[in-house]
Amino acid sequence: MTVDLMAFARAVANGDIRVIDLTQTLSQEFPTIVLPPELGQCAPFRMEEVSRYDERGPAWYWNNISLGEHTGTHFDAPIHWISGKDLPNNAVDTIDVAQFIAPAAVIDCSKECAADPDFALTIPFVEQWEARHGKIEPRSWVLLHTDWSKQPYTDYAGLRDDGAHTPGPEPAVVKWFVEQRDVHGFGTETIGTDFGQGQHFNPPYPAHFYMHGKGRFGLQCLTNLDLLPPKGAVIIAAPLKIKQGSGSPLRVLALVAGGNA
Amino acid sequence: MTEPLVRPRRKNPLKRTRLPLRPQGVRSRTAHGLTAAAAEGRFALQICLDCDTVIYPPRDACPSCLSARIPFREVARGGTLIAETAVRTTTDPYFRERTPWRVGTVKLDVGPVVVAHLHGDAVEGGRVRLELKLDKSGSAVAIALPEKDTENMADDPHLREMTCDPKFRRVLITDGRTGVGQAMAKAFSDAGAAIVFVGLADPWKPFAGMAGLRKIERVEIVPLDVTDTESVTELAEQNGARIDIVVNTAEHIRAGGVVDRHGLTIAREEIDVRYLGLLRLAQAFGPILRFRGADGVNSAAAFVNLLSVHALMNWPAYGGYCATEAACLSAAQCMRAELRPGGVKVVTVFFGPLDIDWFQTVPPPKVTPAALADAVVRALQRGLEDVFVGDVAEDIRQRLAVNPKALEREMAN
Amino acid sequence: MQRKSYEGAVACLPVTIPYRRYSTNSAQWWLGRALHELIKRAGLRLKDIDGFAVSSFTVGPDTAVGLTQHFGLSPRWLDHIPFGGASGIVALRRAARAVQAGDADIVACVAGDTNHVDSFRKTLSTFSRFAQDAVYPYGSGGANASFALITKHYMNSYGAKREDFAKICIAQRDNAMSIPHAMMKKKLTLDEYMSARPIADPIHLFDCVMPCAGAEAFLVCREDVAKSLNLPSIRILSTIERHNAFPNDPMQIRGGWELDIGELWSMAALTPKDVDFVQTYDDYPVISMMQFEDLGFCAKGAGPDFVRSHTLTNDGTFPHNTSGGQLSVGQAGAAGGFLGLVEAMRQLTSQPLGSQVPNANACLVSGFGMINYDRGLSSCAAVLARAA
Repeated sequence: MTVDLMAFARAVANGDIRVIDLTQTLSQEFPTIVLPPELGQCAPFRMEEVSRYDERGPAWYWNNISLGEHTGTHFDAPIHWISGKDLPNNAVDTIDVAQFIAPAAVIDCSKECAADPDFALTIPFVEQWEARHGKIEPRSWVLLHTDWSKQPYTDYAGLRDDGAHTPGPEPAVVKWFVEQRDVHGFGTETIGTDFGQGQHFNPPYPAHFYMHGKGRFGLQCLTNLDLLPPKGAVIIAAPLKIKQGSGSPLRVLALVAGGNA
Repeated sequence: MTEPLVRPRRKNPLKRTRLPLRPQGVRSRTAHGLTAAAAEGRFALQICLDCDTVIYPPRDACPSCLSARIPFREVARGGTLIAETAVRTTTDPYFRERTPWRVGTVKLDVGPVVVAHLHGDAVEGGRVRLELKLDKSGSAVAIALPEKDTENMADDPHLREMTCDPKFRRVLITDGRTGVGQAMAKAFSDAGAAIVFVGLADPWKPFAGMAGLRKIERVEIVPLDVTDTESVTELAEQNGARIDIVVNTAEHIRAGGVVDRHGLTIAREEIDVRYLGLLRLAQAFGPILRFRGADGVNSAAAFVNLLSVHALMNWPAYGGYCATEAACLSAAQCMRAELRPGGVKVVTVFFGPLDIDWFQTVPPPKVTPAALADAVVRALQRGLEDVFVGDVAEDIRQRLAVNPKALEREMAN
Repeated sequence: MQRKSYEGAVACLPVTIPYRRYSTNSAQWWLGRALHELIKRAGLRLKDIDGFAVSSFTVGPDTAVGLTQHFGLSPRWLDHIPFGGASGIVALRRAARAVQAGDADIVACVAGDTNHVDSFRKTLSTFSRFAQDAVYPYGSGGANASFALITKHYMNSYGAKREDFAKICIAQRDNAMSIPHAMMKKKLTLDEYMSARPIADPIHLFDCVMPCAGAEAFLVCREDVAKSLNLPSIRILSTIERHNAFPNDPMQIRGGWELDIGELWSMAALTPKDVDFVQTYDDYPVISMMQFEDLGFCAKGAGPDFVRSHTLTNDGTFPHNTSGGQLSVGQAGAAGGFLGLVEAMRQLTSQPLGSQVPNANACLVSGFGMINYDRGLSSCAAVLARAA
C-alpha cells in the first residue's frame, strides 16, 4: 500500500485533520503528585530566568527549567514500575519510536465522576461503552475522559485526610484491558493513571502494575479529552529521549478527522 | 509616661518616601565588643580582671592598672542620670531629621560615666537602667531607660529607632503551613501587627492548621512558594511596599547525614526551600525593605531568619539539614551588610530541636513553635540581632565559645 | 624639685591672619601666611628660624616634619602641638625652655586651621577614638552637646543662670566691637542672648563659637635677641600644664588648673588680685566661669556671684577676653588656643587691635582643650608681664 504523506500534510494544513492539544501548560502552580513527605518527591516545574534582554544577556531571553520526569502532562514508561523493570526497551530512550503514534479509544465517564470523585472504572462500564462504540481496537490508547482537567486545583488533587480522591480504574479492568483488549496504554486527566485511593487495591496501583508489567504505557494530566471522538483519534505522544528515563513531560497531540469542530 | 503610638494613617500614595539615613556606625575594633553584647541584648562593659575596674569607653588597657586583661562581661546596668541635654542642631543628617534628640550623662553604679541616648521617661537626677542597643547603623549605643517600666514605653520614638517593634507594622510570615508559621502568625497578631500576611504554597494541599490560621485577627493569606521565583517576585511586586518585617518560616527538616544519605534529592530540596528560598526572598523583598527604612511609624524594620542552632555546629544525625542551615547563616550575614544602609535589621534566631514531627525521635528539651514565635516577637521588640531560643541552643552557644573542637566530637554521639 | 624660672626667654611679635568664615585654602596656606608675616615683620630670613612649633587639626596628612619641607625651614628644634585650646601656652612654655637651654634661638610658634564647608562635621566625627565610639553616635551634637551636659550639670550644682553666662558673652562682644576681623561684631543684648536659637539645651546660639579659618603666631627667643630685632616682648612669670586631671569626677566641674594653681601664683610671685586682665579659654561661657574659680579668682561654686559682681569689659573691674575671645572673634581651629595669648601679648606691649586695657602690666592667660570623651582633658595657664 502506498501512503500519501503529502495528502496527510495538506489535510492537517487545511483543517481536514484537526490537531488537538491534550497538554496542560507547564507552570509552577500545576499540582504534582503528593507522596508522604519523608519519601523522595517529584520536583514541580520551576523556571529561572537566565537573561531577559538585560545585563545577563543583552539581546536574548531564556530560562533554565527544572522539573521531574513525572511533572505536568507526562508519559510513563514500563521501567517506571517495578513490574516492568526487567522488560526490554522499557525506558523512554529505548522504546521503539513507532509506539509514540497510536489510535485512541476515549471512554466518557465525566457525568459519573462529576457525581462521585471516587468513581472507579469497571469491566461492565467498558462493556457498555463497547456496546455503543464497538470493541476497543488492539494497540489503542484507552483515554479516560473524566473532565477532571477542568477542576480547580483543590478538587483536581482531591486531597483529604485519608489521601487523594480522584477517579480511576479498578484492578480487574486494567488486567482485562491488557489481556483481553491488548491496549497500547492508559491515559487520564488526573495526576496519575491510578484511582486516587489506588494504594488500597490488590494489587496496589493496578494501572501502573498491569500496564507497565506488560510493557504498556501511561499518560496523565491530559486535557481536552472532551474534544475527542470515542474512536478514531490518533495520538502523538513522544517523550523526551532521556537516558534510562522512567517517563517524561511531553506535548500530547490528537489528530481527529473532519473539519469545523 | 510615653505618649502611646497612634496607628499610622494609610500612606498617601503620591507622597515622596523619606530616604533612610543612619548615624555614624564606625567604631574601633574594641568598641564592637559593645555591638556583640547589644546584638544579644546583654549589657556588657569591659572589666579589668586584675583590678576589677569597670571600663568605659572601650579601651585597650585598664586606666587603673594598665592591664590588657579587660574582657567584656555583663555588669549591673543601674545608674543615675546626672545631666541631660536636647540636641537641636547637629551636623549629622540622620539626627538633623530627628531633633530635638535627648542625650545625657549617666553615672553607673559600677563606676564609669556613659553618655547615652535618653528614653522619654528618663528624668534628670533620677535612677535609670542602661541598655545597649543597635542603632540604625548596626553599631551599639547605650540608651537610658527609666528604672521601672512605664506605660507605653516601647512607643518612645528614640527607643523605636533602635527596635523593630511589630506594633502597627505589617509582617510577612512566608510559610503558614508549618506549626511554626501558624504560631508566628498568632504571636505577631497578638503583638499588634497591622497586617499579618501569611504565605501559602500549593493551596490545593489541605493542612490541619488552615482553619485556625484564618481565625487569627488581621491575618491575610497570600500565595507564596519560596521555591518558585515567580511566586516570590509576584508577592513582592504586589505587597512589597507594605511589608515591614519578613519572617522566613519556610522549613525543610529531614534526618540524615552527608555520607549516610542516599542521593541528592533531599539535599536539593533542602537547599531549594531554605537557601535558595532565602535568596529569592532577599532579592525580591530586600531592595524595597532597604528603601523603606525610614518610611514613618511603620517603616521597614527587619528580616528574620529562623536557623537551627546547628548552623553553628553540625549535628551529624541531621547533617545535611545543618549544612543548609549554615549556608543560610552565611547568606544572612551578607544580607546584614546589604540591608544596613536602610537601617533594616537582619535577625538570626537560633533554635534548638523543635517540638514538631520532624524531631519526633529527638528527646527533650525541645522548643515549641509558640515559644519560638514568642522569642521572635520579643527579639524584635528589643531590637536584637542574634537570639538563642531554648536550652539546647544556649548549651551549644556556650560550648562553642569554650571549645568548638570538643563540641564537634560530642555532636557525633 | 621647684620649677626653674623662664628668665631670659621672652615672647614677641603677635601675629593674626584675619579670620574668614569659610576658606577654600588649606591649613598649610594659613600656616604659611602666619609664618611669612613673622619673618617679614621681624626682618628675619627663613633660615634664622631654627625652632618651629605648629598646631593644627586640618593639616593632615602632614606632620610638623612634613611642614618643614613645605615651608623651606631647616629647624634644629621642632614640635607638633595639636592640643586645641591648650596649644598656645604649651607651645610657649616648651619653646621658652628650648630657648633657655640653647636648643634653639628663635622659635616660631604657629597655629592655624582652615574651614571648608564640610570640614567641621568631619573633624567632629573623627576627633578621637572615644568621640567616634562613645560620643558622636549620640545625636552628633559635637562639642555643643558635650558642653551642654557640662553646663547643665554646673547650673544644677552651683545655681548659675543663663543670665550669668549672658553677662560673659555680652562683655566679650563689647570688647570685640573694635576688632576688625571678628566674626561677630553686632552688639549683643541680653534679650537677643536669651531668645537666641537653642542649640543643645541649655546652650543657645550665643554660647557657641563660630568655626572659621585663620591663623595666629608669635616668636619665642632670648630677651637680647628680641631687643636686637627691635621687637617689644613680654616676660613669662610662670606656667602650668595638666592633662586628664580628676578622672573620677563623674562630670567635669573643674579643670586641671586646680591641681597646679598654687604653684602658678607662687612661681609668679603674684596673687590673682595683681593681674590687670585675664584671658580665659572661652569655647563656652561655662568654661570661663569655671576658670575664674579654678584659677583662684573666686571660690569653687562662686563663679556666678563673681560674674554678677564684676564688669568684664576692657574698662571694667575685671577685664576679660579683651579682644572678644572666640565667642566673638571666631574659632579658627587650633588657632583658638593661641588667640588669648596673642591678644595678651598685644595688651602687654601696648599694641592692641581693639581697645587697650588701662595699666596693663600683668595678666593671666589660660588654655583648655580636647574633649576626648565627656570632658576637656587639657588645661594650662601662664602669668605674663610687660617687659621691664
